Amino acid sequence: MLKDITIGQYFPGNSIIHRMDSRFKIVLDIIYVIMLFVAQNFMGLAVAAIFIFMAYGVANIKFRLMLKSLKPIVPIVIFTAVLNLFFIKGEGNPLVDWWIFTIYWEGIETSLFMMIRIICLIVGMSLLTYTTSPIILTDAIESLLSPLKKLHFPVHELAMMMTIALRFIPTLIEETDKIMMAQKARGASLDTGGLMKKAKALVPILIPLFVSAFKRANELAMAMECRCYRGGEGRTRLRQLKASPIDFAVTALVLTVFGFVIVNNFIF
Amino acid sequence: MNAVETKNLTYKYSVGTPFETTAVDDVNVTIEKGEFVGIIGHTGSGKSTLIQHLNGLLKQTSGDVIINGRNIWSKDVNIRDIRFEVGLVFQYSEHQLFEETVYKDIAFGPKNMDLSPEEVDKRVREAAASMGITDDMLERSPFDLSGGQKRRVALAGVIAMEPQILILDEPAAGLDPIGRDTVLEKISEYHKNSGTTILLVSHSMEDIVKYAGKVLVMNRGRLFCYESVDNVFSKSKEIQMIGLDVPQITRLSLMLKEHGVDLGDDIYTIERAKQRLIEQIKGKQEC
Repeated sequence: MLKDITIGQYFPGNSIIHRMDSRFKIVLDIIYVIMLFVAQNFMGLAVAAIFIFMAYGVANIKFRLMLKSLKPIVPIVIFTAVLNLFFIKGEGNPLVDWWIFTIYWEGIETSLFMMIRIICLIVGMSLLTYTTSPIILTDAIESLLSPLKKLHFPVHELAMMMTIALRFIPTLIEETDKIMMAQKARGASLDTGGLMKKAKALVPILIPLFVSAFKRANELAMAMECRCYRGGEGRTRLRQLKASPIDFAVTALVLTVFGFVIVNNFIF
Repeated sequence: MNAVETKNLTYKYSVGTPFETTAVDDVNVTIEKGEFVGIIGHTGSGKSTLIQHLNGLLKQTSGDVIINGRNIWSKDVNIRDIRFEVGLVFQYSEHQLFEETVYKDIAFGPKNMDLSPEEVDKRVREAAASMGITDDMLERSPFDLSGGQKRRVALAGVIAMEPQILILDEPAAGLDPIGRDTVLEKISEYHKNSGTTILLVSHSMEDIVKYAGKVLVMNRGRLFCYESVDNVFSKSKEIQMIGLDVPQITRLSLMLKEHGVDLGDDIYTIERAKQRLIEQIKGKQEC
């Protein structure tokens, strides 16, 4: 059912990674992604891969969940791999030369390289969302973007909108689930028939969903006004983001690995 | 024949994640045809999950659901047919309304059954009448009605499918006292006129004893007891122990019992308490 969607799903825990300052987590995640693209050989990539696997171990997130986060990108991975496999021209003799297909050793190498890179990329990003609640994540984004306030960019409002949107994703999913069930109980068939029939079958679901979403938005706006919400000016926070020694230690670790990957590029 | 039968019914949410919970735990229950059953239990006791198994909206983790003698998940049963046999009205059912007019909305279910237009029309009008929806309301938009009216439209939408078993999840929740009584009264009337098996989920013991013949008590995903209304209050103490309310008059009779005035274990209406009390007083005077 819809509940099984995992992208951006948070799994509560109490590991070092869970407790890290979310701003550090975001920045380190970006550094990790850059690292993946800086790495030019298998050695560097292997180090990056092992690093993220170990991080999953530290965060105590099950291997199965990691695989789950990869499920949606399987087609992309396969597509990239196939493309690289057939289109990379290498030196020397092709390994396979049949009809229009030619495969060189370099092709195999590159496609493997690309596969590992994409997988590490998604797994790395998922670690952030698995270990950080969406609300804290938006807090961190607001904090990281706050220099833009000088340019009159509505950072707080943006973060508030993101918070509200994130907050209501599960609510709306639950509601969709409920409405789907209610219409199914009235004999609506949602997954049979042609395209037109399927599109028509969505009407009994979308209309109630929109009606309730607008009602909710209206009620929320009213509730916010009742509590005198008037934007970011002078607001304090319930959760203060604070950097701790752990954050600096982890940053040092990531930078060390990053340094190793760069040096590794020159040596090998 | 039994209308509903469950065998070792168990359902687990989010299997394989840290959120895994057992919502329904090994429930065995047999409900006879034509019965009016009240289902009561705490929030999170598994009542709503239980009833969603009875028309195949949820598939059990283990166990069997048997409706009118047929195992609903066996290969030769079309689950859509089961959904027409077992009508399910959800909590806050007015949220499912979507059509331009009340008439069209009530007709949604019967139309899905591929009935002839005359039959659909007949069923819509009958169902509307049984829920006290007037003809002029049928042509209005469901979004213009009051909360109680919307609720009755949603109920009529399921009743119009003429299910043999009708399951109602808190049909009176969130309504004002008049709306509440009207809805429950209409359901009770419908039960008497049609002989449909009815399962009514409610938080209110008072409502259940007023309308139902049998009570099914759920506690933490397990079946606590399934008894006739007359017998269930012999377990008043236990029912209160699991955090459920018993009717006020039952509580009073329990207190009287502690003070030596035993009116019996089946007190749940004021009339009966009054009658017993008079009998006792008369008995004493004769001595």
